[in-house]
Amino acid sequence: MSSNAQKSGFGATVWDYITSVDHKKIAILYLMSGGLFFLIGGIEAMMIRIQLMKAGNDFLSAGTYNEVMTMHGTTMIFLAAMPLLLGFMNAIMPLQIGARDVAFPFLNSLGFWLFFFGGIFLNLSWFLGGAPDAGWTNYASLALASESHGIDFYALGLTISGFGTLISGINFLVTIINMRAPGMTYMRMPLFTWTTFVASALILLAFPPLTIAIFFMVFDRLFGSHFFDVAAGGNTIIWEHLFWIFGHPEVYILILPAFGIFSEIFAIFSRKRLFGYTALVFATILIGFYGFMVWAHHMFTVGLGPTANAIFALATMIIAVPTGVKIFNWLLTIWGGSVSFATPMLYAVGFIPSFVAGGVTGVMQAMAPLDYQLHDSYFIVAHFHYVIVGGVVLAIFAATHLYWPKMFGTMLSEKLGKVTFWLFFIGFHLTFFIQHFLGLMGMPRRVYTFGADQGWDLFNAISSAGAVFMALGVIIMLVNVVLTTVKNERVGNDPWGDGRTLEWAIPSPPPFYNFAQTPLVRGLDTYWIEKMEGNKEGMIYAEPLGDIHMPNNSFLPVVMSFGLFVASFGALYHPDDLPWTIPVIVLGLLITFGSMLLRSLKDDLGFHIHKEDLIKDREGVKTDGH
Amino acid sequence: MAHDVHDYVRTKEEYEYVRRQRAQEMRHMLTSFAMMIFLTLIAFTAVAAGFSTYLIVPIILLLAAIQVVLQLYHFMHLSNKGSGTIAFFMFSGMFVAFIVILTFVTIIWW
Ligand code: HEM
Ligand SMILES: [Cu+2]
Repeated sequence: MSSNAQKSGFGATVWDYITSVDHKKIAILYLMSGGLFFLIGGIEAMMIRIQLMKAGNDFLSAGTYNEVMTMHGTTMIFLAAMPLLLGFMNAIMPLQIGARDVAFPFLNSLGFWLFFFGGIFLNLSWFLGGAPDAGWTNYASLALASESHGIDFYALGLTISGFGTLISGINFLVTIINMRAPGMTYMRMPLFTWTTFVASALILLAFPPLTIAIFFMVFDRLFGSHFFDVAAGGNTIIWEHLFWIFGHPEVYILILPAFGIFSEIFAIFSRKRLFGYTALVFATILIGFYGFMVWAHHMFTVGLGPTANAIFALATMIIAVPTGVKIFNWLLTIWGGSVSFATPMLYAVGFIPSFVAGGVTGVMQAMAPLDYQLHDSYFIVAHFHYVIVGGVVLAIFAATHLYWPKMFGTMLSEKLGKVTFWLFFIGFHLTFFIQHFLGLMGMPRRVYTFGADQGWDLFNAISSAGAVFMALGVIIMLVNVVLTTVKNERVGNDPWGDGRTLEWAIPSPPPFYNFAQTPLVRGLDTYWIEKMEGNKEGMIYAEPLGDIHMPNNSFLPVVMSFGLFVASFGALYHPDDLPWTIPVIVLGLLITFGSMLLRSLKDDLGFHIHKEDLIKDREGVKTDGH
Repeated sequence: MAHDVHDYVRTKEEYEYVRRQRAQEMRHMLTSFAMMIFLTLIAFTAVAAGFSTYLIVPIILLLAAIQVVLQLYHFMHLSNKGSGTIAFFMFSGMFVAFIVILTFVTIIWW
């Protein structure tokens, strides 16, 4: 990447990234845009905490607070956490299974651009008459009553980015099923690949219900249908069901890859094989299945009746069992290992108590009668931040440190990394631990202010102070990224020194074809096995050196996604009786389907990298990819 | 990647083997075809005999499920080697859909 890029100037580099179908570059795009949305969501979080730092504050009006709170949740889940994880999956999973790319590189790019345009569309609501304000769960009665176009931005934006996610999920599934290197059986796959696999299966099964729900919502709001409108014979509860049939698996889509990242970290930095690999794999699959049987635990207070509540309460508690299995496996991996507390390991060790706390409050909420007390209070806010920040966000930060050298060829500063960890970790517990008690003291979630006579002042002030620590941690991490990039000290294949899986056997960053020769896998932790046997090259090969067939870059995914972006504006303003809305819908769809037609009719056969160039490349002479 | 065309001539044994395989497959198809017709007959009879709807509906649904499985295995070759993953994903999807429908029917619409 780098040498070409510097040769050909800034504009050309940007163009190269925009049109790229290389999983490693798409990963970087995910990282950059996911990171951007993470910052936007973070600013919204700070606004929430400023508003709530004292009683009766008027920093935000009630209406604006609703918008900020809604956009914070929606952005963090759909536009930050998930894309950042998809970024790491893209960067690492193909390398771990010894593949040259994902199964459908073109679709990979399309998935990214759909997500990106969906996210931009959603955020444009701030400038076009108001953001969505019915919470990230967008419950129908509230959403249908919302007057601005905010909810329409939510519905259309998530439709577009949801397609992107679905496409990526299918792509990863096909990749893992079909493109594993010879010898890489399912039970030799690294855990991050396994969790990517199961999370992708969850995406495949969970996103269609969301798409349907949002589709109904779009039709109810924009085209006069009444799926959720009780007054016209609809049923508002159906939204809640559909949303949570998606929503609960969604939280596992987030946490499973996080589990995978931590599993890699525990093994690498304990210099030990993962304890109970098989149990970890089966626990992952089991969690995936259970994830679909528990959604109604979000609806205990709706009035489903005692039988339904009891069934879903039990199912929910069962899910804690495979999760517990995992925790013990990680602890036993550390046990007796020769542990090095590098930054990723700090995050991993910090993750265990934080996530366990979140799991315990989860089981408390799973008891339906108790949940009547806890539901819609700050206790719930504390629970899901413990699992999402204490699990997913810590994993994303850990992976940033762990995989930065593999993705960019430079090592983030360990010193600044540790500063970030401690600031963020302390800030996180300071912010959210106390919210459990605010909940028990009766503070409802999603309120824009509270009175001085309610006794919640001190705890809210402490919570807001914690948020400052987290923000400082993130800022130092950004500084770290900038300093590291400016210094540009290149690192070798295995910068941590204890890599176990295939991605550490190739250069950092890898050449654009990843593996000059497909590796032959002889067991779990392939690279470790080769290292232990004294193999200097780190791999043995399954094929002789030969020409490699590669796909061409393409601008079409951007055009296809842009078409849907345009059409969404038409749909959004449709109820306003403007003359141009239908033509704009048609135009947008023409752009999308036109470019799909072009893609189908025009053969794109890709190109070959010749054997001679590969040999030159190996000897250190950079070849030009195109 | 190899794009060369190989001419391949089967030996006598291979030929016999393939023939036997095909004959067996054909037998399976015919049997399941007969079974399907039989199941359909049962369904029609149940309706014609005028049993209570609470009996007929579950019976028909059950028969339909059996038919789907027969169809998948004998006509769409789900039993072939290499279809394991496909089958796993398909049945997982059906399972999830089933739970959803069951919940909707029992706690929303009952
Ligand atoms: C031991 C496992 C877990 C159990 C038993 C559990 C249980 C629950 C229950 C019963 C609720 C509903 C509470 C209410 O609204 O009254 C809930 C809410 C929630 N949980 Fe968990 N949970 C677990 C793990 C997780 C994980 C791993 C995540 C995410 C990574 C997560 C994310 C959430 C979110 C986001 C909500 C709130 C959704 C909302 O209303 O906005 N949970 N959990
Ligand atoms: Cu849940």
